[in-house]
Amino acid sequence: MPVPDRYEFFIDPARCIGCQSCLQACAECDTHKGQSMIQLDYVDRESSTQTVPVVCMHCDSPTCAEVCPADAIKRTEDGVVQTARKPRCIACNNCVLACPFGVPKMDTGASLMMKCDMCYDRTSVGLKPMCASVCPSQALMFGTREEIARLRPRSKAGTTLQLGNQTIHTKVNVMVPDTTASHIVDVTAAMYEPAIGHEMLDDIFSEHMDTGE
Amino acid sequence: MATDGPHDVSPDGRPADLQPRWRRDFPIESAQDDYVSRRELVKFMVLTSGALVVGQLWLALKTVLSGRAPVLPAEAIATVNELAVGGAKTFQFPAGSSPRLLVRTGDTSFVAYDQQCTHLLCPVIPVSNEGRLHCPCHNGSFDLATGRPISGPPQRPLPRVILDVRGDTVFATAVETPAS
Repeated sequence: MPVPDRYEFFIDPARCIGCQSCLQACAECDTHKGQSMIQLDYVDRESSTQTVPVVCMHCDSPTCAEVCPADAIKRTEDGVVQTARKPRCIACNNCVLACPFGVPKMDTGASLMMKCDMCYDRTSVGLKPMCASVCPSQALMFGTREEIARLRPRSKAGTTLQLGNQTIHTKVNVMVPDTTASHIVDVTAAMYEPAIGHEMLDDIFSEHMDTGE
Repeated sequence: MATDGPHDVSPDGRPADLQPRWRRDFPIESAQDDYVSRRELVKFMVLTSGALVVGQLWLALKTVLSGRAPVLPAEAIATVNELAVGGAKTFQFPAGSSPRLLVRTGDTSFVAYDQQCTHLLCPVIPVSNEGRLHCPCHNGSFDLATGRPISGPPQRPLPRVILDVRGDTVFATAVETPAS
């Protein structure tokens, strides 16, 4: 049974308080007991408490599936990219290395790539994913587009992400302030500007600090 | 910005008909992937089980038809005095058949079998003093009195020719092919 069309996943990094509830809830799932399929990224740990929960973005052109040499990663009709198929996965780690979000996890014991599949066992029967059901600040929210428009009038949802030269269209929405001009969320742009409180540029490849932009 | 269902977008963004052939062979959509394999599985199972049914019917039909063997006219194949006790000769019954073997086991007792070993069709040799028929190819043995295999690779008894001794002439009247 597919995930109903009207329900969508919204990630609002600005609301994340770094409580790790989502990690704990995810690790409670019986299909991957003890191992969380979510990761909590610390954006600039030295000077900021900002965290970003990273779940699978379920791309239109999933990089993990594109690089899979064993044809093991498939997307179901509702656009959810599933865990690698056990009979096919050769545990080569290509997807783990290729995913720009770092979502696929290699279970070396089972020789199987496992990833966030939006709690397919729950969402396909109309329940919320574990992480979204426990998130106290609703940084991870699973609901309808009308709900999010009503609850977050000052944000807008984006599904187009720019990572360097790669443009990615995703099923999962990223909430950005509605004052953002571009509809493309430039994920790596932060690499090219000084982080808060940093004297140095995070971009290790640039030769000099270019603060003109 | 809502995505209406998944659409197989390739990384270069070009339409599907401009994509290389392998993209169609290895689709990312599980629906396409499953559909092909399921259809092929069903096709395979239907054709295979159909072939099995047809084969079984054909075998059954063949058995039924071959069960109605025509009654053969009796044929004189030897005279009693032609063979010494323990002696043997080959004959054909009916004419044109594979060679049969006639063995004189006693004064008036004769046995006759198909000469082809039931293992791989080598001609069997009578060893009358030991009461058996020997196949030299793979060291198989048959009981001379009954035609049943007693050692070696053969599993089935030799087809037996029913004999009738009338006066001093030996007649073959029928061939008894054992079931199985």
